[in-house]
Amino acid sequence: MNRTIVRLAARAILGGKRVWLLAALSLVLVAIGVGTAALGSGSSAASLEALQAIAFSTFLPLFGLIVGTGVIGPEIDDGSIVHLLAKPVSRHTIVQSKLAVAVAAILGFAVLPTMVAAVIMGADAATVLAFGVGALAAGAVYCVLFLLLSVVTRHAVIIGLVYALVWESLVGSVIPGARNVSVQQWALSVTASIAPDGVVTANVGVALAWFLIVAVVAVGTWYAGSRLRVLVLASDD
Amino acid sequence: MATLDVTACSRWYGNVVAVNDVTMRIGPGITGLLGPNGAGKSTLINLLAGFLPPSAGAVTLDGVPVWKNQEAYRAIGLVPEREATFDYLTGREFVVASAELHGLPDPGAAAARAITTVAMADAQERKVGEYSKGMKQRIKMASALVHDPAVLLLDEPFNGMDPRQRLHLIALLRSMGDAGRTVLFSSHILEEVEQLANHVEVLVAGRHAASGDYREIRRLMTDRPHQYTIVSGDNRALAAALVADRSTAAVSLDGDTLRVEATEFLHFAELLPRVARDAGVRLYEVTPVDESLESVFSYLVQS
Repeated sequence: MNRTIVRLAARAILGGKRVWLLAALSLVLVAIGVGTAALGSGSSAASLEALQAIAFSTFLPLFGLIVGTGVIGPEIDDGSIVHLLAKPVSRHTIVQSKLAVAVAAILGFAVLPTMVAAVIMGADAATVLAFGVGALAAGAVYCVLFLLLSVVTRHAVIIGLVYALVWESLVGSVIPGARNVSVQQWALSVTASIAPDGVVTANVGVALAWFLIVAVVAVGTWYAGSRLRVLVLASDD
Repeated sequence: MATLDVTACSRWYGNVVAVNDVTMRIGPGITGLLGPNGAGKSTLINLLAGFLPPSAGAVTLDGVPVWKNQEAYRAIGLVPEREATFDYLTGREFVVASAELHGLPDPGAAAARAITTVAMADAQERKVGEYSKGMKQRIKMASALVHDPAVLLLDEPFNGMDPRQRLHLIALLRSMGDAGRTVLFSSHILEEVEQLANHVEVLVAGRHAASGDYREIRRLMTDRPHQYTIVSGDNRALAAALVADRSTAAVSLDGDTLRVEATEFLHFAELLPRVARDAGVRLYEVTPVDESLESVFSYLVQS
């Protein structure tokens, strides 16, 4: 971790218009909580199921895509990354520092709003904590995956969007066998293990889920650093 | 003292060869990398800066390869051609960040020194995104100088600079060259290179076309055969008169125009009006045929 890179990444991602998009999205998450509570469906379990569906299958992949690509993709696209790379700083340190900022952004803009929405829906403390831990785990994995994607390809946003919409939203819910390789299912498994019985159902064993989450974060972070080390800057001639 | 060595180095992208079997040594002092646009100058600078692996051959700084070697940046300062910086920072913040990333003991002081060197102190509190092209160039320069590097690589540093900024940069680079630093800058403008570099490397279509003292290269460029098309009152009489002189290499008549190839530029420029007057021929049109930079460079490649 390098404080200068953390500071620069935080300003890059929070200084521009992106921060308003993120803030608007997190407001939507909270608003869903308020709306469900106000409509008074009565059943807290049903509302939580809706929150789970919206937060885990749509919002977290989307937030992960925005901040995971946002901390490094634009710099690679416009070439300003050269000002970071022309320094005697380990490429792994650069990746880890940028990742820390991305995960912190996910925490503030997606994980906390999810927890707030759960509180508004009248969930008990254990359930709120479960949603928080699960969302953070999913957010971290998405950040790593999308940051890695940005280093590997210029089309990270398109590929990431297709992945988030098609894979996480559709394939995982339609084809049961694909759930083992769905970040969303790993996170739900973590959530289910913390929440009281019956609130959330999971399809992946909790030990396997934690293993996969940790493995993807660790290997993905390391590999992104290795790829950044051999990043070829496009030149005009 | 630092020396960059490019040894039998080639770089290709798919089927396109950008740098073709180039061998050169860049030592202390100022070296100008001259060549037309698309000659592979930026590719060569990216190879030297460790941002591109050679497809063949080697690029080393004092014997150590620069590719995949982030420690090399302790000795290298790079001023890239692309304008993109961190637009959300002020000029001072940008240079301070650079100093911090180099792990300098007092980043603030180092940044202040570099900013003063490039004469940007007055504008240092403004956002880099609001700078003009010349100012961006200078703040990138400050960022590259902040750790006092032994090697300075500049890709087309004069682009977008006004004459005053240009003079300032020339003076700055000169002082760095005099201080024993290895300074390499690229340009497609001969006059820029001539003003600044004692040593010139010419790159044309990816090939290392010429290397040496700028006067030598200048002579090669001006003493090449020049072609003119001439329209006059009596082409045939003029042709006969011209061909008698040693500086005329060839004449040909082509309908209403006379084509002349001259070997010595200055001599011919003086010869033509005199010969025309003596022969009583009126000149209507004298047009140099191949004065484009590309033709000058391609002549160098052939020789």
